[in-house]
Amino acid sequence: MLDGRSMVRRRAGARLWLSAGWLGLLCVIAVFAPWIAPKDPLAQDLFLGRLPPFWVAGAEPGYLLGTDSLGRDVLSRILYGVRVALSVALVAGTITCIVGATLGLMAGFLRGWVDLVISRFIDIWMAFPPVLFSILLIAVLGPGLFSIILAIVVIDWTRFARVVRAEAMAQGAMDYVASARVAGRGRLGTMVREILPNVLPTIVVLLTLEMGIAVIVEAILSFVNLSIATDDPTWGGMIAEGRTSVHQAWWVLVFPLVTLFLTVLAFSQLGEGLKDRFDPVLR
Amino acid sequence: MSFLSIRELSVRLKGGPPLLRRVSLDVAAGEVRGLVGESGAGKSMIGKAVLGILPGSVEVTGGEIRLDGVDLLALPPAERRRRIGATAALIPQDPLTALNPSRRIGGQITDRLVDILGWERGRAEARARELLAEVQIPEPERVLRNYPHELSGGMRQRILIASAFAAEPKLIVADEPTTALDVTVQKQILKLIAGMQARHGTALLFVTHDLGVVSKVCQSLSVLYAGMVVEDARVRDFFAAPKHAYSAALLAATPKYTDPMASLTPVPDAVIEAVRAEVAAADRGGHG
Amino acid sequence: MQLLRVFLLRLVTTAVTLVGVAVIVFFVIRVVPGNPIAMMLPPGATEADVAALTALYGLDKPLPAQFLIWAGGVLQGDFGTSITTRQPVLGLVLGRLPATLELSVMALVMAVVIGGVAALTGTRRRGTRVEGAIDIANGMALSVPDFLWGLVLILLFGVLVPVFHISGRVTPSLELPFTTNFYLFESLIRLRFDLWLDIVSHMLMPALALAVPLAAIIGQLLKQSLKETMHLDYVTLARTKGYGENHVILREALRNAVLPTLTLVGVQFTFLIGGTVIIERLFSYEGLGNMAIDAVINRDLPLIQGIVILFAVIFTGVNLIVDLLYAALNPRLRHA
Ligand SMILES: Nc1ncnc2c1ncn2[C@@H]1O[C@H](COP(=O)(O)OP(=O)(O)OP(=O)(O)O)[C@@H](O)[C@H]1O
Ligand SMILES: [Mg+2]
Repeated sequence: MLDGRSMVRRRAGARLWLSAGWLGLLCVIAVFAPWIAPKDPLAQDLFLGRLPPFWVAGAEPGYLLGTDSLGRDVLSRILYGVRVALSVALVAGTITCIVGATLGLMAGFLRGWVDLVISRFIDIWMAFPPVLFSILLIAVLGPGLFSIILAIVVIDWTRFARVVRAEAMAQGAMDYVASARVAGRGRLGTMVREILPNVLPTIVVLLTLEMGIAVIVEAILSFVNLSIATDDPTWGGMIAEGRTSVHQAWWVLVFPLVTLFLTVLAFSQLGEGLKDRFDPVLR
Repeated sequence: MSFLSIRELSVRLKGGPPLLRRVSLDVAAGEVRGLVGESGAGKSMIGKAVLGILPGSVEVTGGEIRLDGVDLLALPPAERRRRIGATAALIPQDPLTALNPSRRIGGQITDRLVDILGWERGRAEARARELLAEVQIPEPERVLRNYPHELSGGMRQRILIASAFAAEPKLIVADEPTTALDVTVQKQILKLIAGMQARHGTALLFVTHDLGVVSKVCQSLSVLYAGMVVEDARVRDFFAAPKHAYSAALLAATPKYTDPMASLTPVPDAVIEAVRAEVAAADRGGHG
Repeated sequence: MQLLRVFLLRLVTTAVTLVGVAVIVFFVIRVVPGNPIAMMLPPGATEADVAALTALYGLDKPLPAQFLIWAGGVLQGDFGTSITTRQPVLGLVLGRLPATLELSVMALVMAVVIGGVAALTGTRRRGTRVEGAIDIANGMALSVPDFLWGLVLILLFGVLVPVFHISGRVTPSLELPFTTNFYLFESLIRLRFDLWLDIVSHMLMPALALAVPLAAIIGQLLKQSLKETMHLDYVTLARTKGYGENHVILREALRNAVLPTLTLVGVQFTFLIGGTVIIERLFSYEGLGNMAIDAVINRDLPLIQGIVILFAVIFTGVNLIVDLLYAALNPRLRHA
């Protein structure tokens, strides 16, 4: 018989595997998009505009999820859209993590004026509405993949810095740190060898969550038409288009939205699952 | 006819070992009964069962608790709560945590009178003032408007005593009411409870570790070991000649007021083993 | 005494933060390629016109001096002139502020009500399937941001079951008798319930999208702290007085459980306000956020500056209020 606790653990395990599975699938799609996608995602055909998905009357064979107002295949565009979403998630997430965690670690462990300066900056950053801030940065930097990544790093480093700082501070107060110092480790050595391994689980969880956030930020920027400069398909761009024609062709909005929804959910559930499993701090 | 009558009460951890083993005890109207035993023996558990506040992790597996002749365990929950609220009260152990930090003292004394017993607010407030004076709190007017954190531990315990007596309950359960207090305050509080009890004629179930205290305030006592009552006696008889080996050993382990420096004998291992065997035998006999 | 000190200390940090915001906004915008002065003039303006205007705005001076001139103006309420509309920024921004405030406050109220009910129900039914269901709903709501909830709501209640409006703030054909821009509030004051209903049915979906994540946070946090509080001695004592579960939760536990939730709700409320930017865009709601995005797209720098600073003032203001509220609600601080 299963007792309550192992039931909970099984559910947590299932959610970990489900989300990891979905994200793994996306990775495969991103790499093999040209082979998987049934159509050219950019090919327009005005005579085939707003075709419904396959089970609705009036559908064309070959356009499984229908077409948008310019006659582009929704399914192929979603599949290609994985590329932008995942590259932003991985690159922006990782860089943000490195920058934020480093600053947080320094503030929390070195304390003193370093902490003072970094904390002040965190406070100031918290006073900006993040969406507006990112839009503003893109306006200044000009659209493009590089700008999006930079904007995410500039805005979201505080997410890591805040948590890691508090955590490093707590760890720094513990006995094992003092004994490492007594044993002759330098400040930097202690920080990297003693503190970092202990805050690493926290960092990994935050990184997973940040990737989900990066996907959303990219979608939001595409939605306001400020994302990548080329006309490569993005989920946010598709959603923006779907929003304007939602009463005429719901499928243009629904399918990219569902994909985006599941992806964001997967990242955050993966983060939560990892948290339950490995991280005593955030739990 | 005793006011509180517990018969064969058994309580266990849900899906786990028994915590109370066929406990029977009586408290007559106006009587003070001591409840003693080592830590974890189940003293508080009995008090909680009487007041209907057993933790969710335990369950009653048998027996009855009669309050004024009515078996509480047979009543529907809402009815049971009302009955307990109207006829019994608790003096808790730790005055620092037993008052709601975000409510004024006044409301915490009068709430039961107004909400459960249906008194008018003015009458309840007058009663609260009167009680605070009775427990010797200076400036009752002001204290009623205070928040708990503005008062000392001793003051708070006085307030909790006043609150317990407010509705003139027939029975009060006092669960080690002085252990959380300074030694200097302990005596005053003890005297206060004894005095209030005598004046109001309330029956009192007095949970304590301290046989010395029992000898001073109680008329009868129950000695508990591992959730089992090993001795039930009049106080006078008990201190003259305890009947059970375990309670005799417990008595020998208690400092005498007449000679606090006399050397103490801890409860011998042989006695512990004997009483454990007795508990095990009762378990076998009781549950087949 | 204590309250006053907390207040003064917080006032100082707030001021420092706002100065930091001003500095950053100023310099980020000065990095923008292109001459803002040239953009302000009609086509065909001469070099001399440009020079004259440049001198007027102090743009020929070194950057720090420029900052001081600009900051001095801001302190006197002069945020400059919008490039696209050629109207004073302050007026434009204040004209839109009521719409955003009404939306945010409505979302906050919805979040508190939904989250509060979830927490109370979860506490009341703790250990049952109901609590499990509430936990799962909370987890879902938290995992997905307001932007996506907005899109989901558009599909559900704008398209599938079209019962609410999904764009605009009020039906355009309606005659509006309002003197302020607080439509929701003013329609109520004027007893124009027809208008009020129309406005509410426009606001409901965007407000709900904003409210969902905050409601989940409140639900989760408040439930947790309620459940912890339910084990405390004074709650048990109240039970012995004859009180039932509902009363014990509401009168004994709730107030003490709210305090730890409150600080976090404050921070989260600023996130909610930040969310209005994209939600207003999504629902074509004519508030500050929508205006901000237009300003960015049109490169209307003075307007962007004004809006960002206003948002920062609101954010820090909300945090300040929450801190003071916390102090005021906590009897320990109030009387110490
Ligand atoms: N909430 C609870 N859940 C499960 N078991 C409990 C709970 N409270 C107490 N117990 C167990 O019940 C038994 C009796 O506890 P009880 O508190 O009645 O002891 P006690 O005689 O009052 O001891 P003390 O003198 O330390 O107060 C102990 O074994 C204890 O571990
Ligand atoms: Mg006890």
